[in-house]
Amino acid sequence: MTVHQSISDETRPAYNYAYLDEQTKRMIRRALLKAVAIPGYQVPFGSREMPLARGWGTGGIQVTAAIIGPDDTLKVIDQGADDTTNAVSIRRFFERTADARTTEATDEATIIQTRHRIPEAPLKAGQIMVYQVPQPEPLRKLEPHEAETRKMHAWAEYGLMQVKLYENIARFGEVTTTYDYPVMVNGRYVMAPSPIPKFDNPKMQMSPALQLFGAGREKRIYAVPPHTNVRSLDFEDHPFRIQSWEQPCALCGAADSYLDEVVIDDQGGRMFVCSDSHHCETRRAEGHRGAMLADASVLHLVEDKP
Amino acid sequence: MQDDNQIHAGFSDPVFQSQSAFRALLAALSEPGLACDIGVSVETPVGLEPATAVALLTLADYETPIWLPAALRNGPAGAWLRFHCGAPLVDDPARAAFAVIDGAAPEPKLAAFHAGDDQFPDRSTTVLVQCAGLAGGETVTLEGPGIAGQRAVAPAGLRPDFWAEIEGNVALYPLGIDLLLVHGAQVLGLPRSTQIVEAR
Amino acid sequence: MYVAVKGGEAAILATHDLVAEARRGDESVPELAVTQIREQMGLACARVMNEGSLYDPDLAALALKQAQGDAIEAAFLMRAYRTTLPRFGSSEPLDTAKMAIRRRVSATYKDLPGGQVLGPTYDYTHRLFDFALMDEGAPGDVQARPAAQPLDASMPRVPDILGAEGLMEAEAPPAGDPRPFDLTREPVTFPADRDVRLQAMARGDEGFMLGLGYSVQRGYGNSHPFVGEVRVGEVAVEFGPEELGFAVDLGDITLTECQMVNQFAGSKDVPPQFTRGYGLSFGHSERKAMSMSLVDRALKAREFGEAATYPAQQDEFVLYHSDNVEAAGFVEHLKLPHYVDFQGELELIRRIRREREQRLAEQQNEALPEAAE
Repeated sequence: MTVHQSISDETRPAYNYAYLDEQTKRMIRRALLKAVAIPGYQVPFGSREMPLARGWGTGGIQVTAAIIGPDDTLKVIDQGADDTTNAVSIRRFFERTADARTTEATDEATIIQTRHRIPEAPLKAGQIMVYQVPQPEPLRKLEPHEAETRKMHAWAEYGLMQVKLYENIARFGEVTTTYDYPVMVNGRYVMAPSPIPKFDNPKMQMSPALQLFGAGREKRIYAVPPHTNVRSLDFEDHPFRIQSWEQPCALCGAADSYLDEVVIDDQGGRMFVCSDSHHCETRRAEGHRGAMLADASVLHLVEDKP
Repeated sequence: MQDDNQIHAGFSDPVFQSQSAFRALLAALSEPGLACDIGVSVETPVGLEPATAVALLTLADYETPIWLPAALRNGPAGAWLRFHCGAPLVDDPARAAFAVIDGAAPEPKLAAFHAGDDQFPDRSTTVLVQCAGLAGGETVTLEGPGIAGQRAVAPAGLRPDFWAEIEGNVALYPLGIDLLLVHGAQVLGLPRSTQIVEAR
Repeated sequence: MYVAVKGGEAAILATHDLVAEARRGDESVPELAVTQIREQMGLACARVMNEGSLYDPDLAALALKQAQGDAIEAAFLMRAYRTTLPRFGSSEPLDTAKMAIRRRVSATYKDLPGGQVLGPTYDYTHRLFDFALMDEGAPGDVQARPAAQPLDASMPRVPDILGAEGLMEAEAPPAGDPRPFDLTREPVTFPADRDVRLQAMARGDEGFMLGLGYSVQRGYGNSHPFVGEVRVGEVAVEFGPEELGFAVDLGDITLTECQMVNQFAGSKDVPPQFTRGYGLSFGHSERKAMSMSLVDRALKAREFGEAATYPAQQDEFVLYHSDNVEAAGFVEHLKLPHYVDFQGELELIRRIRREREQRLAEQQNEALPEAAE
């Protein structure tokens, strides 16, 4: 079902290709170019009202709408999975408004719009990651006033953030931030990587892909070009470290992927499975089998297809 | 022979041509030093390189003042930009969102354009530098975001102190102008974040 | 081969059907017409037009029908439509002094030119159910009583009366009278100018503006307000296309305007005078216009060199939090899956607890031999 205008039916009212009007796309494109030129700096932009709710990915949607074209293949994930409800909803939006060719395969995608994860498969040169960002300001929880945080970025005054992280260590013996873990980009701007688990932070470092971030409600766009230094904030005596699990994925046996916990009964039964659904499926198709694959079939998490 | 007073056409398919050209510009600034084909052609007014014309059609509108050398501003190029982009043409380079300069001309200096301010470094000018070629000139090695390791470039026909001016611009980081070197249908990005390792 | 079960798409489509069913309700009850909502739920339509930033009573009624009467959802529909409309420019400034008055009350004067016009108001109704309204088609007492006398042609605005005496702060357009800021097109920066603040409040949530205005009255803000005037009525909108060179009348819209008169002690350079809080809203929406005028005055704290200690005086706080479409989106997004981040928190808290237990156990083991001695 297409709702945008094509040359054949000029008489009927319709939405522009990819929903946004051309003036809006130009405004977003200009912001994107400045964002790329100043890695990690949040560019204010005239975020538009979108037909999807604020806080539900309108920043990422506007970025994708401003860059997508007929040659692109789009993948949309939420929590790492292609079939989570909001990912399905956003994918449908681009299928309707931009005739988008979509995929679940990470390596086939030219644009990957994501909420909360970076795929497990390494990203490639030429791919563009579009992150949905709820709160672009990494300092906001420390300083609620925009006028103040803007000055802190202007003067690279990040002492407050260091103090907060160090207080954490003093109290708990480690930094207790597990997601949206702040990073230093190109040695200049402290940046919110969006609420990805800190497990994914190292994937941003020197990534060959272009990474774009859109915060619709907060009206900010920022970017990390390919091959850019993205360092998770830490201390010499307390180096940054990522999450790990004691067991591998119960479905595909992967020992190096981010796992979701699935509660399988009311007696404390748990199962850990890959959050990246495409990664997990690819591995199972290659013949990898986790310890609880058959149980998962019973639980209707997977189907046994001969 | 074309009538000098006639304004040439702009995009024939604005939605898709501007999308495709934008992706080339995005690639150029994301991977500095890499010559990118702008991929779209329009009938270009005298004095604008094809890629300059396409870049401005893609990015400029009534919200973005443009600075042009006087000869272009008062000629067909100025009229073309006013008509197609609705962009105001300004005298003061420091007020420009976009500027087009001749890479060989001694003026204006890069420092004459707006470098942004410390709270809003994004408000700086993007300068399109029209040059004699994107290869064959003095070799300069670049590094920084968007470059895996180092990348050598050799744009031709730039004024003698051009790279010294670029070094001055880089020193302002995170302020500074962003440049697109243009020749024919190609653009090469040189954002403020790109550092010069050595010039010879 | 095992493949993941995928129900997302089908489940989403099912929700659309279920919502349509819930919206229609019992099919033995006649369906509401949009015109009925427009004519009989006018105050709800006004709220949707205000918070949806679009003056169109028919679309507001449609939005309310489609949203099952949910005002915020309806405003959201209006906004998502509005953003796709072409812009031709800004209208000429409206002249509310020339309003065709339906209602006009002033609390600052017993009588004034044009007089007090009560008009349609719930102010003096006793909030007792009119059970006769339960019966459709009941012959209600709808004949308006004829006015005792025709309204005066001239109804000067109260701040203008005070201004003529030099007692009201003068408000002049900013230098050069630039086109007002458009917060739906440009990012807001702080401190925000008054055009930005008024625009944000005009589309702000009525309940939020009411709460903030109330907080100003209760001492969370330095305010001693009097209703200089509230007026409701129709005003002509004029637009001057560039190519015509003169303004043309686009039609009338219904507006509510509130001018709140506040004290100001004066300063070294300025003698004591009254200051103004201004509220303007679409349709008949007095509560909104009055709340807005209280907060407008509170937000002038910076201009008057007053301390901005309270929420209603802080532009960042008011502007960022008054937009109910944004606020609702972000609050409600918490419904979306967050299990990836939650897993990170689970992993952390389990590990910290495990490490703590180990530490305690070790301490106990060290302590035991001593106790045995």
